[in-house]
Amino acid sequence: MTSAEEKTAIEIDTPDDSFVQMIKKTGGPNIQNCYQCGTCSGSCPAGALTNFLVRGIIRKALLGLKEQCISSPELWYCTTCYTCTDRCPQDVKPTDVIKAIRNVAVAEGYMLAPHQKTALKVLETGHAVPLDKESWENLREKVGIERIPPNASKYSEAIEEIKKLAKKTGFDKLIAVKEEK
Amino acid sequence: MAKKSFYHFLGCIIPHRYPSVEKAVKLVFNDLDMGLLDMDGATCCPAPGVFGSFDRITWATIAARNLTIAEAGGHPITTGCNGCFASLWDANYELKHDEELREIVNENLAEIDREFKGTIEVWHYVDALVEVAGLDKIRKKVTRPFKDVRMVLHPGCHWMRPKLLKQKDDSERPHIFRELCETSGAEYVPYKDELMCCGAGGAVRTADIKVALEFTMQKFESVKEAGGADMMITPCPFCELQLDLGQVEIQKHFEKEYVLDILHVVELLALAFGHEPDEFGLATHLQYQLRKSTPLWEKLGIKVEES
Repeated sequence: MTSAEEKTAIEIDTPDDSFVQMIKKTGGPNIQNCYQCGTCSGSCPAGALTNFLVRGIIRKALLGLKEQCISSPELWYCTTCYTCTDRCPQDVKPTDVIKAIRNVAVAEGYMLAPHQKTALKVLETGHAVPLDKESWENLREKVGIERIPPNASKYSEAIEEIKKLAKKTGFDKLIAVKEEK
Repeated sequence: MAKKSFYHFLGCIIPHRYPSVEKAVKLVFNDLDMGLLDMDGATCCPAPGVFGSFDRITWATIAARNLTIAEAGGHPITTGCNGCFASLWDANYELKHDEELREIVNENLAEIDREFKGTIEVWHYVDALVEVAGLDKIRKKVTRPFKDVRMVLHPGCHWMRPKLLKQKDDSERPHIFRELCETSGAEYVPYKDELMCCGAGGAVRTADIKVALEFTMQKFESVKEAGGADMMITPCPFCELQLDLGQVEIQKHFEKEYVLDILHVVELLALAFGHEPDEFGLATHLQYQLRKSTPLWEKLGIKVEES
């Protein structure tokens, strides 16, 4: 996005606050504390390296610009380092707000394919980073420990439990949505 | 005093990619007379970046399932991963303080005949080492001090942040992790971006590896500006993966070469306690495996026999 692009005024007399209410309910209860000082963006390592702007996303959310927030690829550049949360003078907890907006984005079908794959791995193997090659078992043997650790890699009943939980919460359906918007 | 035992939450990266950490912590805890118990059937914590960003309720439910395994045995959990710590500690805290969340999660857990009771605590290895063993006892165990070795630190994020919630250390001027690492006798070398994230967390590594690696490069450049170092120490295997394997990935994506030994703090202590690198397989780190290289033993002040 460049300054040469034509911008139109954001004319909002009464912002639709349904998105803000959604965010508050989903894990970002303090979003309305924000007075736009920008401490978050000034502290943000992702902000220094990419066009991810925490303050901008929060402002858009407060204006009710839901679609702009949830469809933005930058939303996924936050590493959740919590530096902004530790420095925010208004206790907005910006990291939690970003995570809450991500929850809304995912519920509306905005999900990156690699993230979906990682989530599926947990349902299939019990682990986001599974023991999926013999070479990993060999590595374990080389350091002098049992080839298969006593986690879900060894106990398939643990994976069954995870599948049941994902079914109960609807997570299995959430990540089964294949089409990216 | 009775020996303190912890349920050992392995997570994914330690047992499946950096098993040398799993072996090293067993050596170190044993030397310090602390017990580590298998946590049979534990799963992914689950990954706070991906699961926490996807669906908070599912994240809390799967984390709670892991917590119930420890509750059943009545021992606290310890984990050597900042990510696992973020999920298990945070979920444990939220479930103890948020009745509405607890009710929903327990309704979910009823499907598999489990219930979150809120009876245990979650400790990072760092907490167990500093608070249970104590720095004095650790110093006494050091038989191979890292003399004249320049050490930079990467404390990572989720052990100490958010600081008001975790109440571990001052996240702007932390000292606990540094003091633990300094027991090894190595010289602490500060650098500007020490407290910056490695780039892997928050599902960024999965989303866009090049952006994640740009964080890592910034840190390495910052170390260079500080005069360079012989090793970098971290309390987290995901950071370790990003910083160690990341060097190989940086070479591939950006054609920049960095060579720095990255050790988990329990690997550092295992060496300082006199264990040989082969006892826990330090040379299995992924940068060495992929580059067909070995740790820079001489710089680390460790004599190894050529095999």
